[in-house]
Amino acid sequence: MHVSSEIPPLKLVVVGHVDHGKSTLIGRLLHETNSLPDGKAEAVIAMSERRGMPVEWAFVLDALQAERDQGITIDTTQIFFNTEKRNYVIIDAPGHKEFLKNMVSGAALSDAAVLVIDAKDGMQEQSRRHGYILHLLGVRQVAVVINKMDLADYREERFQELTTEIRNYLSELGLEASAIIPVSAREGQGLITAPDKMPWYQGPSLVQVLDNFTPPILPTERPLRFPVQDVYKFDERRIIAGRIESGRIHTGDKILISPSNKTVTVKSIESWNTKAPALSASAGQSVGITLSEQLFIERGQMISHESNAPFETNVFRARIFWLGRKPLEIGKRYKLKLATNEQIVEVQSIETVIDVENLTTRSGDTTLERNAIGEVTLRARSMLALDEFSDNPKTGRFVLVDEYDTVGGGTIFMEGYPDQRSRTDVRSTNITAVEHRVTPELRAHANGHEGGVLWLTGLSGAGKSTIAIELEHQLFAKGYQVYVLDGDNVRFGLSSDLGFAPEDRVENIRRVGEVAKLFASAGVLVITAFISPYRADRDRARSIAPDLFHEVYIAADVATCEGRDPKGLYKKARAGEIKEFTGVSAPYEEPVTPEVTVETADRTVNESVAELMAYVEENFSMVKRNGGR
Amino acid sequence: MDHLDALEAQSVYILREAFNKFDRMGMLWSLGKDSNVMVWLARKAFLGHVPFPLMFCDTGKKFPEMYDFQKKYSAEWGVNLIVRDCPPIEEIDPTLPPATRSAARKTEALKRLIAEQDMQAVVAGIRRDEEATRAKERVFSPRGENAEWDFRDQPPEFWDQFKTDFAPGTHIRIHPILHWTELDIWRYIQREGIPIVDLYFSKNGKRYRSLGDQDITNPIKSEAGTIEEIITELEGTSIAERSGRAMDHEAEDAFERLRTAGYM
Repeated sequence: MHVSSEIPPLKLVVVGHVDHGKSTLIGRLLHETNSLPDGKAEAVIAMSERRGMPVEWAFVLDALQAERDQGITIDTTQIFFNTEKRNYVIIDAPGHKEFLKNMVSGAALSDAAVLVIDAKDGMQEQSRRHGYILHLLGVRQVAVVINKMDLADYREERFQELTTEIRNYLSELGLEASAIIPVSAREGQGLITAPDKMPWYQGPSLVQVLDNFTPPILPTERPLRFPVQDVYKFDERRIIAGRIESGRIHTGDKILISPSNKTVTVKSIESWNTKAPALSASAGQSVGITLSEQLFIERGQMISHESNAPFETNVFRARIFWLGRKPLEIGKRYKLKLATNEQIVEVQSIETVIDVENLTTRSGDTTLERNAIGEVTLRARSMLALDEFSDNPKTGRFVLVDEYDTVGGGTIFMEGYPDQRSRTDVRSTNITAVEHRVTPELRAHANGHEGGVLWLTGLSGAGKSTIAIELEHQLFAKGYQVYVLDGDNVRFGLSSDLGFAPEDRVENIRRVGEVAKLFASAGVLVITAFISPYRADRDRARSIAPDLFHEVYIAADVATCEGRDPKGLYKKARAGEIKEFTGVSAPYEEPVTPEVTVETADRTVNESVAELMAYVEENFSMVKRNGGR
Repeated sequence: MDHLDALEAQSVYILREAFNKFDRMGMLWSLGKDSNVMVWLARKAFLGHVPFPLMFCDTGKKFPEMYDFQKKYSAEWGVNLIVRDCPPIEEIDPTLPPATRSAARKTEALKRLIAEQDMQAVVAGIRRDEEATRAKERVFSPRGENAEWDFRDQPPEFWDQFKTDFAPGTHIRIHPILHWTELDIWRYIQREGIPIVDLYFSKNGKRYRSLGDQDITNPIKSEAGTIEEIITELEGTSIAERSGRAMDHEAEDAFERLRTAGYM
């Protein structure tokens, strides 16, 4: 049988537990579809006889001597075959636990999957793990083969029992099997036509199911994502090279470079040995473009249009499968490779580890072992341009490298984290800062203390507002120019247009940071009392006025805060009435190097305030500084 | 995008990754159809340029037509060509079967060339559909100090994130056309007008389907005298492409042994 090879073959991966018969299934399928080269079937029969065993179709694939001796498929194999409808590339992924890296390597290439399950053994650990990883990799077309039905006497009850179990498991993952087919690969039952030894089965054969799978559709209609792969200057042209991962690009398009946030126009799309110069290019194409201006551009940056730009963030969440010999650890640094970008990231936290046996999750782990799956939060030193996997798989996934080896892969979700793009950009033009004739030193002498910002951060209920108000009271009594900017108060005015979504919180904190800076520059000691859960936001507030900023961590654990619950908010959050509540359903990122940490769990308000009073006297008072004058 | 466009785009992506990651790299130009396609793809990737040397390990036993071809197109394409002679057969492991031993001369020459040029990466035009052990290859495939291939412990490779970090002493083989089939190659040659040695076309009822050394490569029976006829012929055959290569047939594991030791 031969089908035109001008249509790309559908890529199929065959997965399942070790010894459930994947290689036998493929070998027999090749034989049944007349896809074996001349003499190969005879060779397999001869080889089996030489070893004194019944015909073993798995030998078709087991090309390597070592593999035949061990009886285990070591690596991903790629085999081409075709049905009357189309061509296939079949990827045989090993079921041995040690070789999950090979299974992932194969499955990540595939458009559809065949999950092979032994009729006698039923679902086993690797059946479940492979199912989960298919889901994680985004493979949505899955045919389940219940193999070795001959060993289960072709009984319908056994088939029905397994079908129910498999459907339940997959549906919990959000996967639906395209079909579940009773098969005996060894005997060729159920592969091409309905299995005649199982007349009770009315469904399609394996090949019929495969032929109904749809080929992948290139994401040409999604927003443009063009990761810069390299910049060439072989001749007079300066060419930005890369592959368009999604969307389209045209000459004359205004494009946005992330994370530098610069815009520029596409001058030309370059190519070699093509009939006419291209005016546009789309997803899947490897292209080279030139730009209207000589901007600084380098590998790893992401080109998009101005609308529908990618997320810009230095922290994100991910579902990870771990392949490393050494476990993933909290606090450890890895090299992240996301499209063409490479950055060092640190594991900030491991939220959950997923048990593939029953799909339950547990939290509190500090490591993720080899072959395990979990949800983690990663933090980079600088901004990354990325997408959520559900929006754009190509730019929403990454691998991690430890030393020389790829040790894991992950898919991104941004739940609870904001887009940080352009928060610090000055959008106005033609503005120039004026110089004051009253210097900060003159103000400090007049007031008896320097201006500054005490930035109180901590969970709701940790004591920020209470401490801030009492501190203000005591400092004022000592003659300080002092003022509290409180979270709830600014939301009545300055930030009345903002809600509590991550982006709004970021903007709220930015505004407070700017206002605090103005107060502090005027010589006032400003105390802010905001949860300010994101490290990036506090860092940004610090960067607005680096010399004036003092980060004060008001520390208390969630249980303590929840016990206090002065505003009844935890109760509402637990009841689901408040969404994205810090500490309950949204993250709180503890300060790494705060100027002061005040533990409030076992202390009175006055004790906490006294500690801060001492800090203020030490750091802001001109009297102390000038030797008690 | 059609099928050939998709294959081309992927190969271009791979070549550009390689060029970005390795300062000292070279491409094996065996003068066969696959390696001509590969050189062509490099010119696509680098917009008319081949920004690294092409390398040729000369057994001294190639067909005269191949040497003529090399002379003509290395000049016409303006490439930097490095040619080195293979060591004599006496220097090669005598336990190998004869044709395999002969082919192993190339491996030895390549090892010496890699050492001489201090190459970090060598680009080779192998394909998964050619031969079973090649089906198991990675696109970026690390080699040990003695160029050996450890097929039992290959790095994971997915989402086009290739292995680009190595311990000192290892080098990498890069396979930009691993995902192409023999038919894809011919269709692309036809579409792009890529020159090939005319031994591939039928003369007196025979043609070469795969080109190696004269003494260990045999022509097949064929009347195909044009690219179109070759494509038609291949669509109807189920005879393996490398059936004319003697070393593939000496023992079940002869080719595997060659590749484990560093053969392409």
